[in-house]
Amino acid sequence: MLEAWEFILRRPELLAEWVLAHLWIIFVAIIIAVILGVFLGIFITGKGREQIADSVLYLAEIAMTIPSLALFGLLMLLLGSMGLKSIGFLPAVIALVVYGQLPILRNTYTAIRAVDPAMVEAGRGMGMTERQILFKIELPLAVPVIMAGIRTSIVLLIGIATIAAFIGASGLGVPIFRGIRNARMDLILIGGISVSILALIIDGLMALVERRITPKGLKVGRQ
Amino acid sequence: MIKLEKVTKVYADGTKAVDEMSFEVDQGELCVFLGPSGCGKTTTMKMINRLIPITGGNIYIDGVDNTKINASELRRNIGYAIQEIGLFTHMTVGQNIETVPVLKGWSKSRRRERAEELLELVRMKPSEFIDKYPNELSGGQRQRVGVARALGTDPPILLMDEPFGAIDPINRVELQSEFLKIQQKIKKTIIFVTHDIYEAIKMGDRIALMKDGKLVQYDTPANLLYRPKDEFVEGFVGADRALKGLQLLRVKEVMTGTYATAKMGEKTEVVRERMEKEGIDWLPVVDNSGRFTGGVSISDLTGGRAKTVKDVITPSEAKSDINAVLNEALSLMLSSGLKTLPIVVEDNRLAGILTFDAIQETLHEAVKTGGTK
Repeated sequence: MLEAWEFILRRPELLAEWVLAHLWIIFVAIIIAVILGVFLGIFITGKGREQIADSVLYLAEIAMTIPSLALFGLLMLLLGSMGLKSIGFLPAVIALVVYGQLPILRNTYTAIRAVDPAMVEAGRGMGMTERQILFKIELPLAVPVIMAGIRTSIVLLIGIATIAAFIGASGLGVPIFRGIRNARMDLILIGGISVSILALIIDGLMALVERRITPKGLKVGRQ
Repeated sequence: MIKLEKVTKVYADGTKAVDEMSFEVDQGELCVFLGPSGCGKTTTMKMINRLIPITGGNIYIDGVDNTKINASELRRNIGYAIQEIGLFTHMTVGQNIETVPVLKGWSKSRRRERAEELLELVRMKPSEFIDKYPNELSGGQRQRVGVARALGTDPPILLMDEPFGAIDPINRVELQSEFLKIQQKIKKTIIFVTHDIYEAIKMGDRIALMKDGKLVQYDTPANLLYRPKDEFVEGFVGADRALKGLQLLRVKEVMTGTYATAKMGEKTEVVRERMEKEGIDWLPVVDNSGRFTGGVSISDLTGGRAKTVKDVITPSEAKSDINAVLNEALSLMLSSGLKTLPIVVEDNRLAGILTFDAIQETLHEAVKTGGTK
């Protein structure tokens, strides 16, 4: 423990580099995952798409059960065979997008489906177009739940991103793997504890965002 | 004006929900769609604003086939209120009411003005409620906002699907009466769906009674009650149709207008003589300007040393407004034990009296001749 602390004091710039690299991978991955997940989530709530919805959600669930180590390995080979960069940043981001998909996708889908049908009917009956129903009623009401999905996703990715070091991406996985190989307890501790602290801080921040973004009308009530 | 011509709805699985329904609803009329569940009343209503696509026949709105109008455009010109209300919980009361004005691109100030006007109309204080959220309102208040929202851009036609169905009975009666008052002001062409025969009789200028997707009888409430077309209608309006007729009549149509009274300052002997001469044992008492103040019965006047009516008067609270519905007045007579109910107009001025005999006579006449309205 003491050695870990000494290491940080000795090489703070190294820790900063790992943390930033870690955050950058997650940032890029989550942006892509949100765009993909929300779009797909909205798409599968459409009329007559119940079966597509089932299949898509099922696929996303299966993706989550693939061991992360195996997925990183698979992507390495796959990208390699396509002539793309098979190690480092690119496969890491792709793997994280796959993992981060389910909570966002499922929450978007569930939240839109959970909107009171009476509101949708009233909207339609007053002459809203399907697009207006989506943007004026369904999405505003679904936003808090979608945010909660994004939050879950981010926290999940912070942990999984450590494994990206295995395929040559930077981040907090680097000291952990280095520590394991060289039997350096301090490095493992630095990596592990930093990941936990990072997860806690970001989760807290996201909780604040979630509360801010919830429409006021949903927070008040006489019940 | 709304005209239905052989309107038919057959679902993909072959179920015939509405079968060649034809009738017209006149401008400014409140038409009730009545019938047991599954009779096609809601389906028929939703074909008018095309929430449900029609499969046969035509619906004309002011002479225009409604399938020739863009669906959203059509709906923006037809007010829509449903039992579940469906207020948008993430929007304020004001924003809810401004829904259609926004869709139609009204300016912000014009929308706001309209929202305030509509809140006044449904008797909710704009300054207090306009910025509240639906979750902060009671059931009755939400229902009022729902009606206000349906009137957003002052559409000539209003579709209401059991709008008071989810409200408790006491508030429902109140909302119905209030809505009738509003309708007298706004004179919309209204389709009002309900399965409640009492509501139908109270609200409707005309009632379209439906069964199994077919129109059984399209008539005034009085005709439906007193001239049922067949056994189904008779059964549906119930064996107590004479009693239900109480809802159709106003006190002023039944009361006795000219009637002896006693003045506050009159001598007791004079009043007693008058009562004996007329053969009645109770008189309403009025003050100098004709306001109803109480009653005296003959037993109060016999014996004792009372000099004037003022000394023996029984102050009475029980009285009925001249515009009240007959069943409300009758209910008051039964609960207060009065055989003679004083009827007043504004400012508490005595207008006449209502007796059991008069009620009985009128109802009997109605059943015999087939309605009074």
